[in-house]
Amino acid sequence: MTDPSHFVEIRHAQKSFGALEVLKDISLTVERGQIVGIIGSSGSGKSTLLRAINDLDPLTGGEVWLDGVQVNQKLSHRKYEKHINQMRQQVGMVFQHFNLFPHMTARENVTMAPLMLKGISKEEANTLAKEQLDKVGMLERIDYYPSQLSGGQKQRVAIARALAMKPKLMLFDEATSALDPELVEEVNLVMRKLAEEHMTMIIVTHEMDFAASVCDRVLFMDQGVVVEEGPPDVLFRNPTQPRTREFLRKHLEGAK
Amino acid sequence: MLKVYPFFLEAAWITILLAVLTAVLGLICGALGAAARLSRFAFLRFLGAAYVSVIRGTPALIQLFILYFGGPQIGIQLDAFEAGVIGLGVNAGAYMTETIRGAIISIDKGQREASRTLGLSQWQTMYKVILPQSARLMVRPLGVNINALIKATALVAAISVVELTYTAQRYIGSTYKPFEMFLLAGVLYMIIIYVTGRGVAWLDRKVQIT
Ligand SMILES: Nc1ncnc2c1ncn2[C@@H]1O[C@H](COP(=O)(O)OP(=O)(O)OP(=O)(O)O)[C@@H](O)[C@H]1O
Ligand SMILES: [Mg+2]
Repeated sequence: MTDPSHFVEIRHAQKSFGALEVLKDISLTVERGQIVGIIGSSGSGKSTLLRAINDLDPLTGGEVWLDGVQVNQKLSHRKYEKHINQMRQQVGMVFQHFNLFPHMTARENVTMAPLMLKGISKEEANTLAKEQLDKVGMLERIDYYPSQLSGGQKQRVAIARALAMKPKLMLFDEATSALDPELVEEVNLVMRKLAEEHMTMIIVTHEMDFAASVCDRVLFMDQGVVVEEGPPDVLFRNPTQPRTREFLRKHLEGAK
Repeated sequence: MLKVYPFFLEAAWITILLAVLTAVLGLICGALGAAARLSRFAFLRFLGAAYVSVIRGTPALIQLFILYFGGPQIGIQLDAFEAGVIGLGVNAGAYMTETIRGAIISIDKGQREASRTLGLSQWQTMYKVILPQSARLMVRPLGVNINALIKATALVAAISVVELTYTAQRYIGSTYKPFEMFLLAGVLYMIIIYVTGRGVAWLDRKVQIT
């Protein structure tokens, strides 16, 4: 098999939890600079697919490639650890529940991994923290602990933490789902900014408007398969699959 | 009656020394036990689990007797104090294994995931993310373990270590005052336990996240 020419390439991804098949032969490519949205009802496998990309939920079948390197290689434990840590440094991930480190300030959250992994100096770390926290509008809270921040602020720090590793790909798993409605926009704004900077992103979301406005391409997943994919104006306005129509109709009703 | 005080104070020091050494050994055994129980190797997990169930499944007194009286038969020669420290320390370690393991596994798995996602290794994640958080959770329950082990030091009177309980028993013979002798020992135990408890509470406050 030749190395893939796509930036991210998922080939025949299959995932089972015991007898439950959660991903059924999903193939997908993402080009550098592209922004891909993943929508679908609860339990359709969106998170599982996203988490397979950095092998947080290892696939039971199929391959994930990033920039010409296979992520989910079968290696001995030691070799795999080394390889996967290398891969993960290049992929930022943002979680629904932020997962900030509560015993560290915003600054320490942002600089911990670069200090541990990139051998940067204290001064460089300081500059990096300011730069990244400024980017997400959190500079004035640099020495706050997560417990002293609102949900939206926590998520922005979490994004800064991921960006501090200078990833070439960012994964968002419902980054705004746990937020109060009035805090959603401040996080969306940061993601839009990343979009303008041509960050490659894969975004799992329940927010159709947001997906429609930032994504180059949107995938609709249902029961472990990608039912339909296309540019947002096509997928949202003229979906061809009945299941997609049904989902969008229900979602629209729910939003009212 | 007054003549016995110096002996009781000296005995109290022995009890404190026993407790400190037992606590240190217990913490070491507890850390190793927890590491074994959380290991990715099934054999180590089995060893850790066996350690905990054997120690917690038998009386500490029997463990001390086996070590002190039974030890020489299989070539382990220990004086009473050494046997006391090792026996009680290994015993306390089993309880501490469960305390430490509990504090580690109670950390939200999102913390581990966030750390691994950044590219940190298992060890780096343990050291920078999990342990600093679980250490805070461990202070109180380890305080409970230490409270228990201080009281358990009384058991080594049975292998004739001259600590508080042994001293109280010894001076009943010459004073004919068992009530006062045991009361005095009890008060001294209580002081030791009270001070330790304050120390634990202070440490617990100090390590809490703002
Ligand atoms: N660790 C696990 N063990 C067993 N089953 C799991 C596990 N993780 C996920 N699943 C199951 O896999 C299916 C897909 O889960 P997944 O989290 O990928 O869905 P999702 O599309 O992200 O849903 P949501 O919108 O609720 O986040 C669900 O049926 C879920 O119950
Ligand atoms: Mg999900």
